Amino acid sequence: MNRRDFLFHAGAFSASALTAISTNAWVARSLAAKNHQKRLIVIFLRGAVDGLNVVVPYFEKAYYQLRSQIAIPRPSEEGGVIDLDGHFGLHPALSPLIPLWKQGTVAFVHASGSPDPTRSHFDAQDYMESGTPGIKSTHDGWMNRLLGVLSGHTPIQAVSVGATIPRILSGQMAVANLPSGKIATKPLPLDRPQIRAAFDRLYSGKDALSQTYQEGRQAYQALKHDLDAEMNMANNGAPLPYGFAKDAQRLAQVMAKDPRIELGFMALGGWDTHVNQGGTQGQLARNLQLLAQGLVSLVKGLGSVYSRTVILVMSEFGRTVAENGNGGTDHGHGNVMWILGGQVRGGKVYGEWPGLSTNQLYQGRDLAVTADFRDVISAVLERHMHLTDAKLNQVLPNYVPTQKIALIG
Amino acid sequence: MSIKPKYLVLSLLVLVATIHPGSAANSTVDPKVLHVLNRLSFGPRPGDIEKLESMGIESYIQAQLSPETIPEPQTLIEQIEQLQTLRLSPVQIYKEYGPAAVRSGQKPAPQQKQATRQKARLVVQQAMQARLLRAIESPRQLQEVMVNFWYNHFNVYAGKGLDRLWVGAYEQQAIRPYVLGRFRQLLEATARHPAMLFYLDNWQNTAPGSPGARSKFQGLNENYARELMELHTLGVDGGYTQQDVIALARIFTGWGFRRRPSATDTGSGFYFDSRRHDFSDKVFLGHTIKGSGEGEVEQALDILARSPATARHISYQLAQYFVSDRPPDTLVARLQQRFLATDGNIREVLNTLFHSPEFWNSQNFHAKFKTPYEYVVSAVRATGIKVHNFTPLIATLQQLGMPLYGCQTPDGYKNTQQAWLNPDAITRRLSLATILESGRLLNNQNHTQRRQLVDAAALANTLGNSFSEKTRSAIASSPVQLRAALILGSPEFMYR
Repeated sequence: MNRRDFLFHAGAFSASALTAISTNAWVARSLAAKNHQKRLIVIFLRGAVDGLNVVVPYFEKAYYQLRSQIAIPRPSEEGGVIDLDGHFGLHPALSPLIPLWKQGTVAFVHASGSPDPTRSHFDAQDYMESGTPGIKSTHDGWMNRLLGVLSGHTPIQAVSVGATIPRILSGQMAVANLPSGKIATKPLPLDRPQIRAAFDRLYSGKDALSQTYQEGRQAYQALKHDLDAEMNMANNGAPLPYGFAKDAQRLAQVMAKDPRIELGFMALGGWDTHVNQGGTQGQLARNLQLLAQGLVSLVKGLGSVYSRTVILVMSEFGRTVAENGNGGTDHGHGNVMWILGGQVRGGKVYGEWPGLSTNQLYQGRDLAVTADFRDVISAVLERHMHLTDAKLNQVLPNYVPTQKIALIG
Repeated sequence: MSIKPKYLVLSLLVLVATIHPGSAANSTVDPKVLHVLNRLSFGPRPGDIEKLESMGIESYIQAQLSPETIPEPQTLIEQIEQLQTLRLSPVQIYKEYGPAAVRSGQKPAPQQKQATRQKARLVVQQAMQARLLRAIESPRQLQEVMVNFWYNHFNVYAGKGLDRLWVGAYEQQAIRPYVLGRFRQLLEATARHPAMLFYLDNWQNTAPGSPGARSKFQGLNENYARELMELHTLGVDGGYTQQDVIALARIFTGWGFRRRPSATDTGSGFYFDSRRHDFSDKVFLGHTIKGSGEGEVEQALDILARSPATARHISYQLAQYFVSDRPPDTLVARLQQRFLATDGNIREVLNTLFHSPEFWNSQNFHAKFKTPYEYVVSAVRATGIKVHNFTPLIATLQQLGMPLYGCQTPDGYKNTQQAWLNPDAITRRLSLATILESGRLLNNQNHTQRRQLVDAAALANTLGNSFSEKTRSAIASSPVQLRAALILGSPEFMYR
């Protein structure tokens, strides 16, 4: 069977359809200028998630031959994958996402990744976050450059969950961070007027530190206000059991409430499964369950804003097609990207499947990359954030599109 | 005009604090003295500036490079001695604090698991306490700075399985003895330690089809081999290929630890399982290594430790830590030469660094943004507060995004401004400064006890009164009880 024929959407549209879309895009843009901003949330899975066990190519014999311990069984079998389209199946731990898949707001792009060959976690993450694979001298992240081309900047236009600002958001534009866990809403001594006034005097300058302080004050107050208001409402619901889901819920709350927040970022680690990865159950399954809970809380928390949001889930590279000698997988190449959102043309696995026989593998061992991760990002930036070509070029310099993936409706 | 007595007292206090912060106020502190204290130590404690001034910068540097010549205070020695798990080997810790033996085929009950975690927590708590205690109180400050540096370089994460038991032992046995010694020894100590063998999965790395191959020990695991070259030695651009990763993984097959140590075993637990080793010849970085067993690793580590790429990688990192976020090439090249000429003698490389024009370039003074660890340790040091309860400090590091032994990935924590300066971090540091100043954070006091206020004038003195005009006036125009917090929260104190 030719794997090329069942996936690609790109190019399937007639010229008239494209024209119609771009006219609508203009209308959407003028609306957006009022109060219907588009939102983008990126979730980075640090440590290289095993995409072949997330969206499983269960039609491939080689998959089962090379993964005798960790393969997820076929859909009809016990503990098997949840069939997506007759070729690919979802890891059963991700079953909470199935309603969204059926609703048509989840898509995957398989065999996607970086054109750079590195198998270093840190270089690969760096390249995906800078948006310039192979170029180490890029100092800012692509989401920060994206902030730079969006209009009406505020210190909370982008919110990152966690105590530090990740590479993807670092750069010239100010970014707020929402600490992970309970401390996000705990009162600080700086809430007291006398203390605040004293530090305001100390950091009243125009230097970098003073500016960071001032941005921090504004962001803290705005986010605290948003969270406090939402907390009172949210307390009715049962608390969520896991940290990631709680953080996701908190991010969703502030984004749902505050239209000034346009970009969000979260990271989740624990994917570097060199040993004892597990199959239907086990290490990876547990992590995927956490992630699914987080995504579901995010979607729920966003409420009606979900229709104007894209959630992009990505990881630095995939893992070896063959399991290693310890029931795990080593660093590989191609992976799967996840796209969720109200306007996503979901219910599809996109991408050109390169196959899993040895001569089809990258360097004889890994899933090949047939979609540049920037193909996916640029699809979102163009069709969802409505960036012009010039702006797109600023966000993803040196990127020459080789294909258009029609992910957004 | 009549002034109410209350206000009179207040304004007098303000006057005193502004004009006469203390004896050192009138003499300017040599910026070089502060620079040395900021970089070779975790910042001045009360009296440190005066001590350094009287002994001279060069003698201070030489003493710090030979920590064994600096006596440690008896109280510190005694406090460390009370942390008994620090003296245990990995095997002893495993036996006393590890998971209870379960009959094969059975799974431990939930309450049993809970009890195991509880026991293990004590071990990691003692490790954290010892680390902070020494960082704050040891006069061998450069040694403590280097423990932090090398631990990050050879990072092991306490959150991964058995490593919650072993991070303290790892620091104690594989890092601490070698921080100023030969890089080659440090490298091997980390390679042989069960904490590292477990963390980067090498304990399962097995030659496919070897006599010992079974269940989860069936084949190669590249994890450690890759990070050993990328992070520990050559650096990511150090010129190795995927074939070298595989060759090194094969060289390391069978390197692990005993999972069921015998009753009499009290050692490190390291164990070379020749039955799982790949005895074929390997070509590694262009060198042929004959298949011979455990000794192959010695050859591979020799090649790695003596590579110019390793010398450059380590030199870059030292220069970045001690000089600036983007260290000058000239300095890195000089340190690399020194590293190669001395066969990786860390003390000699540092000696060269501390006498380099780049280190003494005043543009680099006060130019390193403190990491949360450096900020917290330096703040406690500056106040001179005696810490009795370390739990709040440990929790603070967690909140600031830098939990002790809590870096999940093998690259360790960064030490650049880019990594740590962000709006929320500043907000939280200032809040910490306020709480720390009140003394509430560090003592086991109940609420009825009086607040222990840090004296602002004394604190300013400890830090050499090296504040900008703007900071001075912001402090002077603030209420007296807030001044110490403002000093610890000042822009100047954010940098080292």
